Amino acid sequence: MSDSKPLSLYVPEPEFRPGDTPNFSDVAIPKAGAARRPPVDVEAGDIRDLAYTIIRVMNREGEAVGPWADLLSDEEVKAGLEDMMRVRAFDARMLMAQRQGKTSFYMQALGEEAIACAFSKALRPGDMNFPTYRQQGLLLSSDYPMVDMMNQIYSNAADPLQGRQLPIMYSSKEHGFFTISGNLATQFIQGVGWAMASAIKGDDKIATAWIGEGSTAENDFHSALVFASTYRAPVVLNIVNNQWAISTFQGIARGKAATFASRGLGFGIPSLRVDGNDYLAVYAVAKWAAERARAGHGPTLIEHVTYRMGGHSTSDDPSAYRAKEEATCWPLGDPIDRLKGYLIKRGVWSDAQHHQMQEMLEMQVAEAQKQAEKNGTLHDGPHSSPATMFDDVYKEMPLHLRRQRQESGL
Amino acid sequence: MTRMTMIQAIRSAMDNAMERDDDVVVFGEDVGFFGGVFRCTQGLQEKYGRHRCFDAPISESGIVGAAVGMAAFGLRPCVEIQFADYMYPGYDQITQEAARIRYRSNGDFTTPMVVRMPTGGGIFGGQTHSQSPEALFAHVSGIKTVIPSNPYDAKGLLLAAIEDDDPVMFLEPKRLYNGPFDGHHDRPVTPWSKHELGEAPDDYYTVPLGRAAVRREGADVTVLVYGTMVYVAQAAAEEAGVDAEIIDLRTILPLDLETIEASVKKTGRCVIVHEATKTCGFGAELMAVVSEACFYHLEAPIIRVTGYDTPYPHAHEWDYFPGPKRVGAALKKVMEAA
Repeated sequence: MSDSKPLSLYVPEPEFRPGDTPNFSDVAIPKAGAARRPPVDVEAGDIRDLAYTIIRVMNREGEAVGPWADLLSDEEVKAGLEDMMRVRAFDARMLMAQRQGKTSFYMQALGEEAIACAFSKALRPGDMNFPTYRQQGLLLSSDYPMVDMMNQIYSNAADPLQGRQLPIMYSSKEHGFFTISGNLATQFIQGVGWAMASAIKGDDKIATAWIGEGSTAENDFHSALVFASTYRAPVVLNIVNNQWAISTFQGIARGKAATFASRGLGFGIPSLRVDGNDYLAVYAVAKWAAERARAGHGPTLIEHVTYRMGGHSTSDDPSAYRAKEEATCWPLGDPIDRLKGYLIKRGVWSDAQHHQMQEMLEMQVAEAQKQAEKNGTLHDGPHSSPATMFDDVYKEMPLHLRRQRQESGL
Repeated sequence: MTRMTMIQAIRSAMDNAMERDDDVVVFGEDVGFFGGVFRCTQGLQEKYGRHRCFDAPISESGIVGAAVGMAAFGLRPCVEIQFADYMYPGYDQITQEAARIRYRSNGDFTTPMVVRMPTGGGIFGGQTHSQSPEALFAHVSGIKTVIPSNPYDAKGLLLAAIEDDDPVMFLEPKRLYNGPFDGHHDRPVTPWSKHELGEAPDDYYTVPLGRAAVRREGADVTVLVYGTMVYVAQAAAEEAGVDAEIIDLRTILPLDLETIEASVKKTGRCVIVHEATKTCGFGAELMAVVSEACFYHLEAPIIRVTGYDTPYPHAHEWDYFPGPKRVGAALKKVMEAA
């Protein structure tokens, strides 16, 4: 043996586990308004700082400050608040429906509502999202009928996907929402390909791709960054860093070495880190990145820093692996409370109005649920005809499938 | 009609397709300026511009994944994987994405796209340039898998594949690129210019997917083959003096069940030949198909002649390759059965 010490493997561990009292005081939260707003044709190397900070607009007093502020009217912000509250009411209702045995599975976006809801406002009709399973806010903030979402969740007779997909794996070309895979990261490179196609055809549409921080470890994340930077694809690449990939904390996908946003810098992609619980900041950054893409400056990588307040899905119990109080201690707060505080501070909103909107949304969701349940639920049916399982594997059904359908007696 | 190698035929197909339809785009590793390591895309960038034929990063998942997105946009990408052996990083995008987009979105999105890749051995490519992964594709619902055996078919099938509204895996037997090969590796190479199927129109035409071709009619035994093995089987039948009916499957999924079943019912015997490894190779599926449909017509057990269940060995390529001697022995054996 030489005189060197034996090596040991470093395996990152989260700071807090069940039973611990979480304390996030060492998480650096930059001051709202402090981050600069560069021109959209900036080079990645000139804004390296924005990949390590957190771009924030709303300060603790509920004021919008700094160069990323003042992009939305009060009415637009109120609509944004309503969108987020709609997502939360919808999630609560569908979580309950799953608990009641009406469907097999559900995933909420609890605590992350600002990201998809604000982002969708930076897009135009015809743009295409390549979402993960936690971007229901893209649909719920863009007039997609709640009843159709519920029909899909229930896999009932009116399910637009004929009961083929796990609940919440929506698809709507018309609403710019690419069919959700359920496999992780695959859609990230597909979004880049879609954007490349738009550029090949000389179109003016852009794509957005979505991924969780844990899935950035997948090779498709790397493929997407390579293709996006190589061909300057008109795409916005979004990493939603909600700190937890089921039970695996974000350190397992990156260690403590860097931020997820900084992964884009090696590819020469302008990369920004934004407060994902700050509706105004998400909107501002999304708009900046969309403008960049539309102007032909190429891709942007955005890390939305947030916290997954609920379980990964209805099949998950986070109390088994993380400290219970984490969600309430999380230093970036609740996106709905924060935007509400902003509007109240502006003098254009009140607790009473908020309460009224909450009740109205709960009623709308309940009404939609009633409508959807008329078309059936997963466990009680009715469903689409089982014979339809053989359809759409191919455009024309080949002989072997025709025979199988016949033999099945369905 | 013009004399063409399989490389020229494949290039001609892409040329016709790109000329007819602005939505056809071609990309892959080295396919742009250089025209591909086997030269199948030579001249396409010059003719159609860099935005329709271009080099891709060395990332098969990226190539296929980007093609899925492009196809969802409305293009018809025809991408090249440099060797079939390199397709594995893209396999997830092929099997769980391209193959399922139509189904999982109930037809809301579709991904018409072609993934071309040179397949098979016979060129001393070693274990990473000789594989035949067709069974891995045939096992997957939602994609089609095509393996042409001559220039005429290669062009017509590729044009049909590009026009098809479903994803198509297009496996090009690289040993056939420059001439038919009957497995007699020690004899002079035959060029396509001396073969009747080495002639194809310069203009557009298609050969339908899902249809087999009977290369030789025969009464004694049905031989189910595709790709390079078509010529090996022809040579073997001739040398063994067996009146074999040789069926070139051309598309292995969807399979031309009717042609296969009619032939085996007629001959009562069946030999299956492929270059890929034996266990769970596509021959296993063919055997099952024939057993299920033709069991009471069979006069002998079905025999498979395949590559061995080993990686493709470099120095021992010709011991591994199921050449005419092994195929001939199988034909005799199946004829000797009571």
